[in-house]
Amino acid sequence: MASKVIHAYYNDDEVLMHAVKKVKAAKHHIEEVFCPFPVHGLDKAMGLEPTRLAITAFLYGCVGISVATLMMNYIMIEDWPQDIGGKPSFSYIENMPAFVPIMFELTVFFAAHLMVITFYLRSRLWPFKKAENPDVRTTDDLFLMEIEIHENESELRELLAESGAVEINISEKNSH
Amino acid sequence: MYTFSNRLKIASFILMAVGLIGIAVGFISAPSTVEEAKAIVASHDAHGDSHATESHGAVDAHNTHEAVNAHGAGHSSSHDEHLLHQLQNKPWAALYVAAFFFMMIALGVLAFYAIQRAAQAGWSPLLFRVMEGITSYLVPGGIIVFVILVLSVMHMNHLFVWMDADVVAHDHLLQGKKGYLNPIFFLIRAAIFLAGWILYREYSRKLSLKQDESNDDSNFKLNFRISAGFLVFYLISESIMSWDWIMSVDPHWFSTLFGWYVFASMFVSGITVIALVTIYLKSKGHLEDVNDSHIHDLAKFMFGISVFWTYLWFSQFMLIWYSDIPEEVTYYVTRIQDFKLPFFGMIVMNFLFPVLLLMNSDYKRVNWFVVMAGVVILAGHYLDIFNMIMPSTVGDQWFIGIPEIGAVLFFAGLFIFWVFRALSNAPLQPKRNPFIEESRHFHY
Repeated sequence: MASKVIHAYYNDDEVLMHAVKKVKAAKHHIEEVFCPFPVHGLDKAMGLEPTRLAITAFLYGCVGISVATLMMNYIMIEDWPQDIGGKPSFSYIENMPAFVPIMFELTVFFAAHLMVITFYLRSRLWPFKKAENPDVRTTDDLFLMEIEIHENESELRELLAESGAVEINISEKNSH
Repeated sequence: MYTFSNRLKIASFILMAVGLIGIAVGFISAPSTVEEAKAIVASHDAHGDSHATESHGAVDAHNTHEAVNAHGAGHSSSHDEHLLHQLQNKPWAALYVAAFFFMMIALGVLAFYAIQRAAQAGWSPLLFRVMEGITSYLVPGGIIVFVILVLSVMHMNHLFVWMDADVVAHDHLLQGKKGYLNPIFFLIRAAIFLAGWILYREYSRKLSLKQDESNDDSNFKLNFRISAGFLVFYLISESIMSWDWIMSVDPHWFSTLFGWYVFASMFVSGITVIALVTIYLKSKGHLEDVNDSHIHDLAKFMFGISVFWTYLWFSQFMLIWYSDIPEEVTYYVTRIQDFKLPFFGMIVMNFLFPVLLLMNSDYKRVNWFVVMAGVVILAGHYLDIFNMIMPSTVGDQWFIGIPEIGAVLFFAGLFIFWVFRALSNAPLQPKRNPFIEESRHFHY
């Protein structure tokens, strides 16, 4: 199904933030905002749900610390018992301080890498994927706000021009 | 313009008065003869505290070693004399820990302030007057610490065992350190450091006030330059100060990252106090332009530097635990045997608690959450200093009782009185700082 959308361009993140708040205050639904860089507080201004990526990061961290513990226990205690620092106790818990750096590093490693992969999957990004942003200039110096039109084109046009848009276009969009 | 409310003023006087009584009780109840010291310990043991006698035996080896060095006498009589010295040290150590702790807060804030100046930070100028108010305590606080150090040199107490010529005469290691660890050079260093810190504080404050009245940015630029210079001086002097004033209470032991470790402690305590004072002033209707984002940033620093402190604590612990060299590892052996609760309690308060409480981004904007975390962090870092000083000055005779709490109350009262008096001396919002607009509109 094709629908008509309006694209408003901004050249400053502060102006964009004010425009987003203004459009939200006027009870219009913002489809999407495309930015060349992350803008702090934009998700809150657009009324997006908080990200659940932090929860996955915590879970991945738990996996990381478990892997580190099992790995070090196998390598240093069970498979080839090591005399650590002249303290041949051959107990994981008594040698734990020596393993803390590894436990920490693997926690970070798992959380970071798996979180990035999760983010790519969730955003439907993969190699050779065609870009979804409607205008290449949003990867350079322009911010773009996309709003769907429901027979209120002139009203929207007026509101967006007032909010400091430098350019306003109408285009057809095929929803996926 | 902030006026020092009478209620707060009276509260600070009450704290000082109660604290003075506590300090006095500590000094009066300290034993003056070996018999009195033995009687005090016997009365404690009579309570059926088997744990105390048990741990007493465990550190005996360590104590005897020092005692023999000090007196060269027979085992039991030198041990009793050592006990007397520990009990006599108790009120002094309590006073010194509290005096140092509050001085350290002012010094930590001074470092934070200098970093903001040198970095030309845009978010913080609204908080400059709060920071300048807190650093004003460096003058009385630093002088009190200096006086305690002078009294130590004059043998009024036995906090610093290397100041005793008799001990040095029987100690080969201390003889080797004599070129650095001698009373005169020690006091000269202390005087230079305090003079440098106070000079920068007073000069930067003067420029900050002058900037409000001027019609160009020359004062601001000069402040930027002296702050960058001060940071170089501060990093060196703070490190040496931590060896002198803290590490040397245990003169055989050393740790190369000790300066950083003490710095992390003072930095996080200082930032916490900035947040607490700011929230207090806001609750009284001042600092209208300070918003939740400023508190959020301070809380981020509290969180981050708490983790940084833990990182240094663990680095120091792990290296010493791993290598297990006798002269190094005694430091942790005494702490884990005799100071189990404060030693591990401090890690819970300084690491686990702030991490869990301040992890969530939204909680950092909830003022009462920040206050709650801040109070625990401050108590935790008092314990940190306590754990640095007490084991080598009072040993297993430690207790957080009337002298310790009294000293904390006294210095807390003095700190509140001095800081809020300084805050009432100048408008709380700088007028002509070039970044004041950015600070006012600061979000995230």
